Amino acid sequence: MYRTAYDSDVTIFSPQGRLYQIEYAMEAVKQGAATAGLKSNTHVVLVAIKRNESQQKVLALDQQIGASTAGLTADARKLLDFMKSEIMNFRWAHESQIPVNWLAVEVSDKSQKRTQHAGSRPFGVGMLIAGVDSQGTHLYQTCPSGNYFDYYSCAIGARSQPVKTYLEKHYKEFPTCSREELIKHALQAIKASQPDEELDTTNCSVGVVGVDEQFTVFEGERLLPFDEATMNLERHQ
Amino acid sequence: MLTPAVAPIEAKKKEWSPYTDNGGTTLAIAGPDYAIVAADTRLSNGYSISCRDVTKLAQLTQHCVIGTAGMQADRAVFHKLLRTRVDYFKYKYGKTITPTALAQMIANILYGHRFFPYYCFNVVGGLDAQGHGVVFSYDAVGSYQALPYATTGSGAQLLEPLLDSHIAQRNRTQKNPPMSKDEAIAFVKNAMASVSERDIHTGDFLEIAVITREGTQIITREADGVERIKLGFD
Repeated sequence: MYRTAYDSDVTIFSPQGRLYQIEYAMEAVKQGAATAGLKSNTHVVLVAIKRNESQQKVLALDQQIGASTAGLTADARKLLDFMKSEIMNFRWAHESQIPVNWLAVEVSDKSQKRTQHAGSRPFGVGMLIAGVDSQGTHLYQTCPSGNYFDYYSCAIGARSQPVKTYLEKHYKEFPTCSREELIKHALQAIKASQPDEELDTTNCSVGVVGVDEQFTVFEGERLLPFDEATMNLERHQ
Repeated sequence: MLTPAVAPIEAKKKEWSPYTDNGGTTLAIAGPDYAIVAADTRLSNGYSISCRDVTKLAQLTQHCVIGTAGMQADRAVFHKLLRTRVDYFKYKYGKTITPTALAQMIANILYGHRFFPYYCFNVVGGLDAQGHGVVFSYDAVGSYQALPYATTGSGAQLLEPLLDSHIAQRNRTQKNPPMSKDEAIAFVKNAMASVSERDIHTGDFLEIAVITREGTQIITREADGVERIKLGFD
């Protein structure tokens, strides 16, 4: 049986019970530039490779929630906008920040709808959502399939396997890491996705949020302070 | 003799209104490098006072404050909506909305409710891009303009001529130089105290927002820091 017989529409199952369109959407995520996230008991760090300097890979969505994406940038923008308005709507109705897992569920529900409608296609975006709420620190991964996963640390995108290898090796240390150590781990982890190229101020982005720290994106020159404790971040000439 | 039939006069039943006027007065002044927005804190209903300590001001950004007279319920929701929209702007565009853009956005929101208006009579004070004070005054459906000073609310008609005389120096033989920021703050206290003398819906306490390049400070207490700024003695 040819795959092509069952992959023309997201509403068609294959005889093996697979939805090929969703799997193809997840391929789009695998093609995107790598991004990783890791959390401790007090902080969550997101790090992303940027394919060009002006790309916005890591975004603050609220005071203590942020996200990074891998995959189709245009789809990512729509999902991020949706998340911002969900955060605002929740705050309007409840006078408090949306719990991070609720946000992950809202994104996932929106993604799932696209997997059950003829004529639509799934979002070609995988997202890492980092946030702090009354329950503590959170890191979630979302998929075009509408699934979401609660992680201590994870990585998605191109050449994310070596990044995952690094994370698997070190994840037991993360819960009690200091903020600086966590950022160091994040940069060393993402470096594994591009062994032949140095990290510099134009090709990566870091987002940090903590129990006592607002979600802040570090890009360009603002990455240099991490240089001492971490990798040799080159100043891009 | 036939007399023409006359329809009997029926008493018209008092119709329910979605609106109520909770009184109060607001005031805003634009200076060369500052802006002031002030309002009393009395909440009234007819001839009764419901609450003596309700704020009519909302700080929307570091350099922009809105003061609203009219109906408390609409004011509370309207201020909440503006805060939400200011935050949304910040996360969507990555920067804080400027007072002039915010002024237009407020007008758009008000006109969006043209056919069931917010019972809100707003003044907005802030600093423009050059750091000069700006003041905007609105009606309930979003008609607005930039002015050197503005008042809205139940005491506005008592207050406006006082500002015409003291700020614009109108109709005077003896003109004074423009007020400094501290002179303006002292003037605001006296002016609002005068309004409270004659307008029953204005009084109790006064809140003054002072906007400068460094940011916004909302003054609610006298210089000694202990007493609220009282309007009048009763």
